[in-house]
Amino acid sequence: MSMKPTYGSIGVKLVVLLIAAALLFAPFLFQDVRSIEVAARICIFIVLVASYDLLIGYTGIVSFAHTMFFGFGAYGAAILLKQMGPGWAPVVLGGLAGIALSLVIAVAIGLLSLRVKAIFFAMITLAAASVALVLASQLSHLTGGEDGITYSAPDLFKPATKLLVDAEGKVLKIAGVRMNGKIAAYYFVFLSSAVLFGLMLRLVGSPLGTVLKAIRENEARAEAIGYRVVAYRTFVFCISAVVASLAGTIYAVWLKYTGPETALSFDIMIDILLMVVIGGMGTMWGPVIGATLLVIAQYYLRDLMGAAAEAVSSVPLLPELLNPDRWLFWLGILFILLVYFFPKGIAGTAMEKGVRQ
Amino acid sequence: MKGFGMTRWIEKMGGVNLLPVAVMLVGFVLIGAPSSWVTLTVAGLAMGMMVFLMASGLSLVFGLMDVLNFGHSAFVSFGAFVAASVLAGLSGWLGAPSVLLNVAALALALAAALAFGLAAGLFFERVIIKPVYKDHLRQILITMGALIVSEQIILALWGGTPITVHRPAFLEGAWIIGDISIEIYRGFAFALGLVVFAGLYFTLNRTRLGLLIRAGVENREMVEALGFRIDRLFVGVFMLGSALAALGGAMWAGYLTLITPALGGEMMIVVFIVVIIGGLGSIEGTLLGALMVGLVSNYVGFLAPKLALASNMILMMAILMWRPSGLRPAVK
Repeated sequence: MSMKPTYGSIGVKLVVLLIAAALLFAPFLFQDVRSIEVAARICIFIVLVASYDLLIGYTGIVSFAHTMFFGFGAYGAAILLKQMGPGWAPVVLGGLAGIALSLVIAVAIGLLSLRVKAIFFAMITLAAASVALVLASQLSHLTGGEDGITYSAPDLFKPATKLLVDAEGKVLKIAGVRMNGKIAAYYFVFLSSAVLFGLMLRLVGSPLGTVLKAIRENEARAEAIGYRVVAYRTFVFCISAVVASLAGTIYAVWLKYTGPETALSFDIMIDILLMVVIGGMGTMWGPVIGATLLVIAQYYLRDLMGAAAEAVSSVPLLPELLNPDRWLFWLGILFILLVYFFPKGIAGTAMEKGVRQ
Repeated sequence: MKGFGMTRWIEKMGGVNLLPVAVMLVGFVLIGAPSSWVTLTVAGLAMGMMVFLMASGLSLVFGLMDVLNFGHSAFVSFGAFVAASVLAGLSGWLGAPSVLLNVAALALALAAALAFGLAAGLFFERVIIKPVYKDHLRQILITMGALIVSEQIILALWGGTPITVHRPAFLEGAWIIGDISIEIYRGFAFALGLVVFAGLYFTLNRTRLGLLIRAGVENREMVEALGFRIDRLFVGVFMLGSALAALGGAMWAGYLTLITPALGGEMMIVVFIVVIIGGLGSIEGTLLGALMVGLVSNYVGFLAPKLALASNMILMMAILMWRPSGLRPAVK
């Protein structure tokens, strides 16, 4: 039985393609520092949210420990870059250390609690994540505590590095963009994110992805057909932890700073949840749309809200709620409404529209 | 069969109910100094009772409705801030030499927190949770969303800066017995928790209402088939649970004396650990879990301060490996 894709799903894929193209040419399209920050953050969060979608959307497990794994990868690279100095060895070693730690903890949590109810698992991951956050701020000789760690990236990514030089030995400009280390750093983020996203896309298209969907739809039946549900769930939990950890390493290399705010805090977990629900659970395209929308909103919506707060400054309470710091209030309400009325998010809802005969 | 005899003896003496006593004994051996041990034990029991107030509602609601409210900590925060505001408004009464005025101010503050909890619980159950009964994934997401919104409302109303909580004068200070000093507020918190526990225990085990609630936990369909409006019972239990959480938050605010909007989120982890340790759905289990968590965090906080939060986690892991569904679960 083969079905023609709906117009909606073609539309969603076109939007995703557009986002991918915009990210690919971001340094040339938007030539200011802030936009490049936004583009890199979008790349990282697409991977992070997609790996979370493997859990929540494809297997129906709710974990609150995803930032913990993200943080392991980030802190792994950050600590080694700080101690060993800039270079590729600390990035690779730190990334591997982050993966190893993530795997050990994911296996432990998975085997301990994935056989029980979804709600139990959610609570246990929440507790584990909060312990990780407290440990990071208390082991300050290693992690820098609340202040975090600042370090240098490998030499290739330093702004002073000349990738291409013109005849006079100056940095070559292509379309007005200087080919320096910053460009190299951005394309490092873009390409590694693209590879990770491609791998996940391959995973959900494989027979394994079909088994995962079967578990989500009817756990008892999947078990009865002979699939070992606990083993599959633990496996997916590990895969998503590893991808999150790698995303953390990439982000640490890009930011040249790692602290609780950027890598471990519960706010990031909330961002991930918002992105996956707004974008759409259970499809890999949802995270792309959700992450893009939310990161852009994070950077630009606040300005808009500030203006709105000024405009209504005479009304009581409203200015307080329109304060740029209160933007989560509105996103929270949007989140609740989406879960009620469009549980499949933007991508999931759009892909059902426009059935072709 | 010596080991078997020992097990039977322990069961006869109270079984898992003895665990807090065992924790106290281990604490006594490790700490050594009796006066510090007494102070820490009282602090632990008081903290345990306040955590019990916050956690009992969560556990009951889960047991009865199979709903886990991730937004439960919002009630704790709101309770704390509402009580703090009432106390600040009545600061004249608090400082007054008359104990009667002191008590009146405290009673008003706690009543305000309770009333708020009841009202917010009603709203929460009707608007947020009712549409997503029996759908765990959406329940977790919706209640999490409600938590985000509630935290933002607290930030908008009270701001992000820490707020000082005024305690009534008659609860300030400490009782001094020999070289042991016991803060009066801790004694009060313990007593209040005990009264609430006794009330809940009596209601659940000795009244017709309690019988219906327990029957609902055991088998919802059967109780409905017998003609009881179990959904009304649910709303009542949910409101009660929210009110208790708000009361716990109010007491906790007085204990901390300096509160920030992060208070609810911080307590939520402890509350979850307590509920998991105790076993979902039973208030006896919740009390056991709360007392153990309170004692362990105070002892470890004294012996090895850096391990304080991790200690709760380790306690939870250990108990889950021993009893995967908690100490005294009511839900199968």
